Amino acid sequence: MTMRGHHILIIEDEQPIRRFLRASLGDAGFRVSEATTAQEGLREAVSSPPDLIILDLGLPDQDGQEVLKQLREWYRSPIIILSARDQEGQKVQALDHGADDYVTKPFGVGELLARVRVALRHTHLVGAESTTVHIGDLEVDLAARLVTIRGKPVHLTPIEYKLLTTMMKHAGKVLTHRFLLREVWGPQDSQENHYVRVFVAGLRRKIEDDSTRPRYLLTEQGVGYRFAAE
Amino acid sequence: MESQRPDPDVLLAQVQSEEDATKRGTLRIFFGYAAGVGKTYSMLQAARQAVSQGREVVVGYVEPHARPETQALVEGLESLAVREIPYRGVTLREFDVDAALKRRPEILLVDELAHSNAVDCRHEKRWQDVQELLEAGITVWSTLNVQHIESLNDVIGQITGTVVRETIPDHVFDSADELELVDVTPEELLQRLNAGKIYLPEQAQRALEKFFQKRHLTALRELSLRQAARRVHSDVETARQHRAAVVPWATNERLLVCVGPSPTTARVIRTAKRLAAALDAPWLAVSIDLSGAPASSPVKQRVAQHFRLAESLGAETVTLPGQEVARTILDFARDRNVTKILIGKTHVPRWRRLLWGTVVDDIVDRSGPIDVYVIQGEDEVSMERPMGKPSRERGSFAVFVWAAVWVSLATGLDIGLRELRFADSEANTAMLFLAAVTWTAYRHGRGPAIFASVLSVLMFDFFFVPPFYTFAVADVQYLVSFGVMLAIGLVVSTLTSRLRAQVESTRLRERRTAALYDLGKQLSSMSGQTFLVMAAATKVRELVQGEVAVYVRTSATLPEVAFGKDSSITEHSVSLPTAQWVIEHEQIAGAGANTLPNAPALFFPLTGSQQTRGAMAVRAPEPERLLDPDLRRLLEACASQLALALERDQLAIDAANARVQAETEQVRSSLLSGVSHDLKTPLAAIAGASSTLLESDRLDESTRRELLQTVADEAARLNRLLENILQMSKLDAGAATPQMQWHVLEEIVGSALHRTRRDLAEHKVRAELTDDLPLLFVDGLLMEQVFVNLLENAARYTPPETEIVIRAAAAHDRLQIVVSDNGPGLPPGSEGRIFDKFFRAHASADAGRGSGLGLAICRAILKAHGGQIKAANRPTGGAEFTITLPVLKNTPMFR
Repeated sequence: MTMRGHHILIIEDEQPIRRFLRASLGDAGFRVSEATTAQEGLREAVSSPPDLIILDLGLPDQDGQEVLKQLREWYRSPIIILSARDQEGQKVQALDHGADDYVTKPFGVGELLARVRVALRHTHLVGAESTTVHIGDLEVDLAARLVTIRGKPVHLTPIEYKLLTTMMKHAGKVLTHRFLLREVWGPQDSQENHYVRVFVAGLRRKIEDDSTRPRYLLTEQGVGYRFAAE
Repeated sequence: MESQRPDPDVLLAQVQSEEDATKRGTLRIFFGYAAGVGKTYSMLQAARQAVSQGREVVVGYVEPHARPETQALVEGLESLAVREIPYRGVTLREFDVDAALKRRPEILLVDELAHSNAVDCRHEKRWQDVQELLEAGITVWSTLNVQHIESLNDVIGQITGTVVRETIPDHVFDSADELELVDVTPEELLQRLNAGKIYLPEQAQRALEKFFQKRHLTALRELSLRQAARRVHSDVETARQHRAAVVPWATNERLLVCVGPSPTTARVIRTAKRLAAALDAPWLAVSIDLSGAPASSPVKQRVAQHFRLAESLGAETVTLPGQEVARTILDFARDRNVTKILIGKTHVPRWRRLLWGTVVDDIVDRSGPIDVYVIQGEDEVSMERPMGKPSRERGSFAVFVWAAVWVSLATGLDIGLRELRFADSEANTAMLFLAAVTWTAYRHGRGPAIFASVLSVLMFDFFFVPPFYTFAVADVQYLVSFGVMLAIGLVVSTLTSRLRAQVESTRLRERRTAALYDLGKQLSSMSGQTFLVMAAATKVRELVQGEVAVYVRTSATLPEVAFGKDSSITEHSVSLPTAQWVIEHEQIAGAGANTLPNAPALFFPLTGSQQTRGAMAVRAPEPERLLDPDLRRLLEACASQLALALERDQLAIDAANARVQAETEQVRSSLLSGVSHDLKTPLAAIAGASSTLLESDRLDESTRRELLQTVADEAARLNRLLENILQMSKLDAGAATPQMQWHVLEEIVGSALHRTRRDLAEHKVRAELTDDLPLLFVDGLLMEQVFVNLLENAARYTPPETEIVIRAAAAHDRLQIVVSDNGPGLPPGSEGRIFDKFFRAHASADAGRGSGLGLAICRAILKAHGGQIKAANRPTGGAEFTITLPVLKNTPMFR
């Protein structure tokens, strides 16, 4: 599937960053429009809704989180957040407010393009019907609830299985602890982040070759997890 | 020939008073000789003139005499509200000193400087209010009549027959910056009085009869003119000294006045003051402490009273211990270069004067070059023996019984000796009785000893002089024996009891000196305000046998109780304001002082060399004890020792703070110098590479890529460096509060390995973590940073193919994580220092790639977690970093 022709809106006040984003995204075949303030960005998003929005959290006229909330009232397509490294709390908040992913400044263009692709593809995969998912050596038969690594079956507990399939469903996308708790354990347990850590660790020992160098279940320290998309 | 150079002391005093003048407000006194001369009127006129010149004048208080002309002048001037104090059914109107301090005008008018305030006011006297205003920098104009000057009080009393109770100390008058004499002739004054301009008619009649008689007025006028003239004279003197004059210096006279308990002394003191003022000479008031009487005895109290009078008139007061009055005084006078001695006339019967002479005669005889002035006292209403009233005479009947017992013992012993035919001469008998008398004098004082002497003579007569067992005497020559025996008994008893008193007084003095010494020693050996205050207060409490409280100055407006929280002093509502006043004004106040006398205790300021540290409040069971100047001086010494100790303590704290500050500064500056170098290098590379790319078109593709790679690499390095600096400064500032959560070690190590995977692409990294490790309660991001920094260091300082191993093992309450490599190891001796900021173990060129902060950050992070990190070289080669983290008791189970 081609990514070309997708319309991306960049809401970012720093001109140098806008410049290289425009260059690299344009080079990758995207159609790019720009906004330098939150107000301008919201107007632009309404007047010609893009396929994906790249939103900087540090805008001069309005808090990025607010902009995100306003967008999410009607906008369903992916939003990727740009933020600084020491703002893990902000990242988690943005993700909980409906952002699809984030990139930490300073970032390489390769990293950003990978995120953009995952986000766009993710939206395309929503609703795709398939009973078996293949990623690397891992194969999950959703119909039979069967997990195999290189053809060898792996025994998972019900929670481990649910955790794995939840993450696979959102493959490539960063998932916060809170999201996973809600999805896997239900809404009542949302404070105990370490449940997720303990079960991810258990899962890793079963499906990863080396659990300190995970191939599938990647850690986003301070934010959550990401299931490696490819 | 006298030296022509200005005396440094004089110049110092001059500087002092000039300095005072810049800080203090100035005092202008409108001075007259009687009511009605127009002092208040002149003051108000001057005030109106000042207002018209644009100066800010506020009426603080003007007596409402209801003189229409005066009232008219007050109209239109800003007036402060007066305090109204209800007192026994009447409302007293008093000047409100606090309102004045709050208003802070440039010039404040306060009528009647000599006024005595109502009981509720802060100070007893208005002049004290005025002093406070002057200290606050407010210029005060006031009015004063000549009869209110302390040293003239008795003279005027003699002239007019009216004794004025309201007086001001001479130094207040002398220290007035400006003196304005308001003068009218007595005739005109009497006319005014008759015209009803001064008093209402019925008052005027009374005033005319008593005070306003022409001859009185003329005398008073002369006195006031003389005072004003003296004042002009001393202004001229000051002006002359200003010019470092060569012309006459103040006289070299020095006066000494003898102070005793006799009521005449007060007059002698006032005379001394006038003489001293006339001669412009310093003067000393001296008393001799013959007896060991307690401070509360009436004799001592009167001496203390006289001392206070002398001090208020500007004398230096000294108490001398001594046997013989005349010799002690003269020795002291010679020591201090006294030129004139003033002494009161003592009334001694002529026969005694002939027999033993008097102190006055002694002093006159032996004074040599010193002039001696003998001053006549006032009517000797209650003339009492001036000195040496032995202490044990008062009261108890028991001492006389004891005297009888000792004499009876002597009698019994003598009878026994006679029975045994051991000794039967009358000489032995007399000796035994004398022994009894001496012993009585030593044990019980003079009265019982005299009683014992008489009793001895009677016993001698009764038992040992024929005819025995009667008081009749056969041989007349025994009468001589009796006489001599009685005389010797009296002399011995006087001398012995006096010696005893002296010894007691010396002992008391010694005890006090020892107490002071002890306190000094104790204070110098401790630190901490609480302990210092406690030590001093306990000592003072021992000395006065009463209650003690200590207040210390705080950053807040009110002082804080540092000792004696549950004493009756601190519970009293007046104590805190008194303490505050004492601290602000560095003066004694409270019970027994002139200021705030209704406070429950006497408050001493804790005056240090830089500022007042607080106040010490002392309450004695008998309040009179605190009037004893010796005890007061001792308490002042204790207070100043405490103040100095507190100051020393504060200085030590300040010094420690300054040291910490300096260290922080040093770290900051080394951080800056380290950072600026490290920041510039990658920036230079980026700027160089990118400008090359921009400006030259003929670069081949591989060079272009190389330069671009440089830009990307250096930017990444710059980023890493900045992040390290930010993190370090956040950790240093305590701004990075760890977000503690339960973590799996494996995951933290895993994400650190993920972040460093590019750096370590050519190294072999093994994480040997078992499944049974406990969960860790840590900040995941910070902990990950620890491993990232360690791994980056390993990547930087070990060659490719080096093996890096991460192992962990749990003890009961600790988790130990070891990151080791088989590389070249750390330079020997650097193991401890590599965790310091900007310490780089490897001086190689490549070492510059690091920030010099990585390990410092690791250490700071572990410290924030209650853990630690250590570095060592492995015996088999390579470096080894050991991290220790606490494992909490309530750690959730892994599965």
